[in-house]
Amino acid sequence: MKALVCIGHVPDTTSKIKFTNNNTKFDSTDIQYIIGPYEELALTRLLEIGGLHITVVNVGQKETETTLRKALAMGANDAVRVDAEPTDAMFVAKQIAEVFKIGNYDLVVTGKESIDYNGGQVDGMIAGFLDIDSVSGASKFEIINDKAVIEREIDGGREIIEAKFPFVTSAGKGFAHEPKIPNMRGIMMARRKKLKIMPAFEQEQATKTGTFYLPDAKPKCKMVQADNVQELVTLLHEEAKII
Amino acid sequence: MSILIYTENFEGKFKKSTFELASYGNEIAKRTGTEVVAITIGKVSIDALNELGKYGVQKVLVVKNSELNDFSVKAYSVAIEQAAKAVKAEVIIFGNNPSGRAIAPNISVKLNAGLAPGVVDLPSSIKPFTVRKKAYSGKVTVDFVISTDIKVLTLTQNSYKVIESETEISISNFDVNIPAGLYNAKPIKTVMNTGKLSVTDADVLVSGGRGLKGPENWKMVEEMAEILNAATCCSRPVSDLEWRPHHEHVGQTGKVVAPDLYIALGISGAVQHLAGVNGSKVIVAINTDADAPIFEAADYGIIGDVLDVVPKLNTALRQFKGK
Ligand SMILES: Cc1cc2nc3c(=O)[nH]c(=O)nc-3n(C[C@H](O)[C@H](O)[C@H](O)COP(=O)(O)OP(=O)(O)OC[C@H]3O[C@@H](n4cnc5c(N)ncnc54)[C@H](O)[C@@H]3O)c2cc1C
Ligand SMILES: Nc1ncnc2c1ncn2[C@@H]1O[C@H](COP(=O)(O)O)[C@@H](O)[C@H]1O
Repeated sequence: MKALVCIGHVPDTTSKIKFTNNNTKFDSTDIQYIIGPYEELALTRLLEIGGLHITVVNVGQKETETTLRKALAMGANDAVRVDAEPTDAMFVAKQIAEVFKIGNYDLVVTGKESIDYNGGQVDGMIAGFLDIDSVSGASKFEIINDKAVIEREIDGGREIIEAKFPFVTSAGKGFAHEPKIPNMRGIMMARRKKLKIMPAFEQEQATKTGTFYLPDAKPKCKMVQADNVQELVTLLHEEAKII
Repeated sequence: MSILIYTENFEGKFKKSTFELASYGNEIAKRTGTEVVAITIGKVSIDALNELGKYGVQKVLVVKNSELNDFSVKAYSVAIEQAAKAVKAEVIIFGNNPSGRAIAPNISVKLNAGLAPGVVDLPSSIKPFTVRKKAYSGKVTVDFVISTDIKVLTLTQNSYKVIESETEISISNFDVNIPAGLYNAKPIKTVMNTGKLSVTDADVLVSGGRGLKGPENWKMVEEMAEILNAATCCSRPVSDLEWRPHHEHVGQTGKVVAPDLYIALGISGAVQHLAGVNGSKVIVAINTDADAPIFEAADYGIIGDVLDVVPKLNTALRQFKGK
């Protein structure tokens, strides 16, 4: 069975977010890039299941190769980089759908959402392009014989889904317990694994980002003495008008 | 031309977030001189359907089809796509909840429509169509431009208010044509969380962190939640340690929430935590450490031991609420 895992190349979760060009372009100076945390869980879980041929794919420019190499060091078999700037989700999804078709994969796993763009849409769009079903925000994932059993959170509960291949799923919290940390041997082996570079497929850009806005500086936190909780109640009622 | 909203029903009922969606759609319809059409799948009572008219919905399409008895992204998308074409929808709006997030991207591809996920405000401009959404895990917001003729949005819960705007409403059945057995992913079991208000539905959240020391101390958290008609939630380590169930975990890798009031008890306020809660209108923090970063995000704070302050605060709140 062949799985395609979509790997985002995203700023470290603790990064201080800054912009240039009049707040329209992300400032990547001093930013450490990582594999998206959900994609790490996706890859970890597929490695745990075992017996799968796993290709990691990224749509991005040369600099994302270090991130793909990290995924190879975790244990993916090979990697594909579609050589293009990931202009929007539809464009990214189209690229991955094409890679999927060419490689005859059985399953695509993405992260629940990228931590820069926060769309949570690439998985559903890939499914749309391939005309197959998708299960988003999976919190548990098993492969049993020729089917996958997937759990996902829904409003007010969770549902268990049985999926026949091929399908797309996106990994959320719980998909794997802890992300796998590559060992020395993995890192050495990753250097020799195949990283294929493919030209992009055509897809018109449907959306674009404009100005970014940093939050307004918050007014200073109003402190209340620990022995005067009544004051907090009064403030919440009279000033904040929230209770 | 129309604005189509997908009004998900929960066992035949609508939630407040559906009325937010209707109000939001109605405002866009006013600006573009069109009407709001709602589509709902499955059985909903006439009263519930009529209620949509209170918030500006002019037409409701009720879809009943045995292929839609179980949720399938693919089958639901086919139904909504057919409705969107029939009413010539220019803007299609979903709630930014598990089902909306699942269907919207599929529809977007099928209709070659740009998608703005998780919008937090009305469009600042219709031409070019520009909406505000969050980015970088809630650390910033961004203007987001959709350039295709049809636009798909998912609206963040609690980011737009419910506005009454009574209109004449017409309700009709809408027949869809769905090939049998279209889906390859099928729910086999649904497990609902027991009775309590869910984290995403509550207007007030009482959240506990590692500062509460252990699960045995959650009684006071639950008590506060009960007094304030709130839901309880927690930081990631608390759910990792299994002090609380995983569905209560909020933050960057948990649920992103935007309640009216968020009360953080013994939570340090790490960036990944704040990313999930900084959309809250008012934040209250109680923490022993005056330098905890949560106080930079909070509006009101108490420096103190939760085990000591919370019971006192509960008494004061109970008195205030007359409970
Ligand atoms: C990729 C990634 C994603 C993450 N995602 C999330 C996420 O989604 N959500 C999340 O919450 N975290 C997330 N984290 C973890 C985050 O970095 C913090 O470790 C976590 O939020 C800390 O939880 P806490 O505040 O409960 O615990 P701690 O950091 O241990 O803080 C406990 C706080 O309680 C205070 N305290 C102690 N005793 C008392 C007392 N008796 N009374 C009052 N106050 C007291 C302390 O002063 C301290 O500020 C993520 C981390 C990473 C790396
Ligand atoms: N440029 C990219 N290359 C490969 N995968 C991506 C890329 N962007 C997003 N993804 C995948 O799609 C998921 C959802 O992204 P998003 O829709 O942007 O939130 C991410 O978690 C990744 O798995």
